[in-house]
Amino acid sequence: MTRDGQRARGRSRRRDTDDSPGAGSAGRGHGEAAGPVLRAVGLARVYGEDESAVWAVDGVDLDVPTGQTLAVTGPSGCGKSTLLQLLGGLDRPTEGEVWLGGRRVDDLGERALARLRRRAVGFVFQAYHLMDELTAAENVELPALLAGVSPRTARRRAAELLGHVGLADRARHLPSELSGGQRQRVAIARALVNKPLVVLADEPTGNLDSAATHDILRLFDELRAAGQTLVMVTHDERVAATADRIVSLRDGALADDTPLNTSLDTESGSTRLGTLLSWED
Amino acid sequence: MQDVVLALLVKEPSHGYDLRRRLVAALGPLGETLNAGQIYVTLTRLEKAGLAVQEREDEPVRGPRRKVYALTAAGQERVAAWMAEDPGPRADVAEFHLKLVAAGESGLADPLALVDARRRELMRSLAEAQRAALAHDTGSEAGLLLEGIALRLQADLRWLEACERTWSARTPGGKGKGIE
Repeated sequence: MTRDGQRARGRSRRRDTDDSPGAGSAGRGHGEAAGPVLRAVGLARVYGEDESAVWAVDGVDLDVPTGQTLAVTGPSGCGKSTLLQLLGGLDRPTEGEVWLGGRRVDDLGERALARLRRRAVGFVFQAYHLMDELTAAENVELPALLAGVSPRTARRRAAELLGHVGLADRARHLPSELSGGQRQRVAIARALVNKPLVVLADEPTGNLDSAATHDILRLFDELRAAGQTLVMVTHDERVAATADRIVSLRDGALADDTPLNTSLDTESGSTRLGTLLSWED
Repeated sequence: MQDVVLALLVKEPSHGYDLRRRLVAALGPLGETLNAGQIYVTLTRLEKAGLAVQEREDEPVRGPRRKVYALTAAGQERVAAWMAEDPGPRADVAEFHLKLVAAGESGLADPLALVDARRRELMRSLAEAQRAALAHDTGSEAGLLLEGIALRLQADLRWLEACERTWSARTPGGKGKGIE
């Protein structure tokens, strides 16, 4: 597939979408059809210029329906983290569009974009990115306060969320007094404090051992059950396998898109595992 | 063994010695235990089953004309069915590897398509194992078993990544396979 072909395809797709996703407000859960809450159209990000130009993301079209847990996988350097940054407004695309909650966001001004990031997107990073000098509760409250929520409400939400992630008794601890898994749970609580449209997680279990990974994946599963849209970048197949859908990136472009029908329908769900054992004598 | 030998005959009729050489090349140290006798036993069985026939070599490169084995129509069918067959979640690494080698040599199937299909299969099994694992405590007996199953599936998936790299380097135009 040529790069020009990809770009041309991105452009033609873009024209097609001019009349479709703009309608509707950025709200959710008001009975509107569950369209894509997050959409990338012909998305590309180039670093460098001319001969040394690197297409880190190269013509990605992606729709993420409301409530979906999507895993983005691929070898290191395939552009998956760059894609996540573009989707979350941490970086701007060279080409293409990002739509969030029915609204185009890649062309917003700096201030509007910063506000959008704060309110509509929750970020979870591999290295937690907590403020070292703030307690767990203060870390969770901070984005709420920055978004203009009253201190009282922020405190209440933080306490609730820390309870939800199983850290009610660690609220006054500093990050340095917490384990890696606990820190990541604080970071997840923080990502949720402004009730974001999407949570974007970049290698959320990359620094964690298998027990802590298990806890984080359980937490994500609860978020999914609550209807939270989640996009996570991971190179860990076991983490990706917990998603509703996996897309893989190769050289900045989508190479595969696999739905995983993993509803907890145990009647039909356990057939594969059953075949792993043979009961022959 | 029968399927692998049949698949190796797709490209051209071969004699037992040549088949053994190709198998050993594909299997490395795992093929060292394979002796020529086993190949001939398999060839004889295939002949009895009507899947292969002996014929005279057309143009020997050197030396006398030797007997070579060729596929019958039934043999062709059997190989095609084997290629299309889902290896199942328990298939071992060597078996799937031989299938890729046979697919690559015979041209009966695209090794990359086999890798893709297997990856999806394993990913679905892993998804199921992980769903189940999340429903169990890591400290429980069932949870421990599920962790073992998930780790093995993960290892298989990582090996498939390596298969994809190697076979796309060998397949003309294999790189950059898009979703279309």
